Amino acid sequence: MSLFNHYVRTFLLADLFAGLMLTLKYFFSKKVTINYPHQKGPLSPRFRGEHALRRYEDGEERCIACKLCEAICPAQAITIEAEVMPSGARQTTRYDLDLTKCIFCGYCQEACPVEAIVEGPNFEYATETREELMYDKEKLLASGDRWERQLALNIALDAPYR
Amino acid sequence: MADMIYNFFYWLFGIEIYHFVAVILSVLLVALPVLLAVAMIVWVDRKVWAAIQIRKGPNVVGPFGLMQSFADGLKVFLKETIVPAGANKFLFLMAPALSLIFGLVGWAVLPFAEGYVVSDLNVGILYLFAASSLAVYGVIIAGWASNSRYAFLGAMRSAAQMVSYEVSIGFIMLTVLMVAGSLNLSEIVLAQKSAGLFGFNGYFLTPLMPMFFIFFISALAETNRAPFDLPEAEEEIVAGFQIEYSSMSMALFYLGEYANIILMCGVMSVLFFGGWLPPFDWAPLYYVPPALWLFFKMFIFFFCFSWVKASVPRFRYDQLMRLGWKVFLPMSLIWVVLTSAYVVFIKHAAG
Repeated sequence: MSLFNHYVRTFLLADLFAGLMLTLKYFFSKKVTINYPHQKGPLSPRFRGEHALRRYEDGEERCIACKLCEAICPAQAITIEAEVMPSGARQTTRYDLDLTKCIFCGYCQEACPVEAIVEGPNFEYATETREELMYDKEKLLASGDRWERQLALNIALDAPYR
Repeated sequence: MADMIYNFFYWLFGIEIYHFVAVILSVLLVALPVLLAVAMIVWVDRKVWAAIQIRKGPNVVGPFGLMQSFADGLKVFLKETIVPAGANKFLFLMAPALSLIFGLVGWAVLPFAEGYVVSDLNVGILYLFAASSLAVYGVIIAGWASNSRYAFLGAMRSAAQMVSYEVSIGFIMLTVLMVAGSLNLSEIVLAQKSAGLFGFNGYFLTPLMPMFFIFFISALAETNRAPFDLPEAEEEIVAGFQIEYSSMSMALFYLGEYANIILMCGVMSVLFFGGWLPPFDWAPLYYVPPALWLFFKMFIFFFCFSWVKASVPRFRYDQLMRLGWKVFLPMSLIWVVLTSAYVVFIKHAAG
């Protein structure tokens, strides 16, 4: 009897039609597409995108050139040179970050004792040349100035879990 | 249709154009809309797959993304046509053209309404069968001329597949033409007037219904559509016979393929769903222009083509052969015997 049923089902294409009905259900379902450049999906406060060097509110650089980020970087993407400024503060004279080497692990952000180097929410920094991805201190600070509000918010949102 | 154009010009401008000019105009009147329809139907295809995969599909170029195919066409047109070093250059470049030509020739006999057909052949169905069989040559020549293993494998598969499914398509056409009593497609359509149950215009709601399903599945195989797209199976032989093609030569394959698919949708409407006749033999339905009924039916079939492509996984090669030779061929043969018995003993005996 089961064999008979099997043949009846086969010749009436029962399974095929069941499958087609299922896909037809999805045909009429609400679509999940996000129209990307116009609409964007939500990002976690922990999202690790383009790097940024932050400043204090008075405009002083946070970075104290402790080189912990350089030391922990598994891809060795960070190069730092430091000097003592006339004001007596230790500051970087050079802070180079090679984004083509960077693996976006976020260790630099974890290692930083003053929350100076962070990975921000920006993921739209594609360039046409490799050279543009070799970030120097100026570019990192500019990125920090640009994203500061979001960066501060993200750090505040994530603080309870640290 | 050439006579109509001739009369139209005479009526409008009072000039008598040469007959061959009228013929060429009637060909253009069918071929150009077909190419336009191909562009639009590619968009429909992509929209349907997208919808089934819960995506939105192309929606940026023009309203609802309608101009997407034209944008793609323009892009492809600006690319370089690469001819591989080991390829037979003449055949390599001829294959896509052949594929497009064979995709278009079949349209000559498809009736859009009574009298609206480029060539009202009295062996139209044979011509159609021949034209759809010729489509395999574009693929085989492409596969051979490319001088590539993947392309050759794809061409071999395509040849075996098309030959296998043509057999059952031939028998199915035979059953229809026996019942209709004519090889002329227009007469086949007219013979279907209220032929089915409940005054259905077509052979679908008659004992010929199983033949329609076999024809539909065979048409999928004949046009290399999923789930029978073995000749171009992306996962195993990359793109099969198209692998070495780029730019416009590839676009011509696409045009030919889709022209063939729409033609097959038209043939299904003509053979089983009463072509340009409205679905049911009910007077108000006849006020809709007949060509619109045909386009509506073709569109429904094309939707089914896309729907199946988005739903059914690809057949294995041996499954494909088994289905063609051990299921479809015997079934269509049995129906040929039953139909001929019906025609000889019941239809003719009754008068």
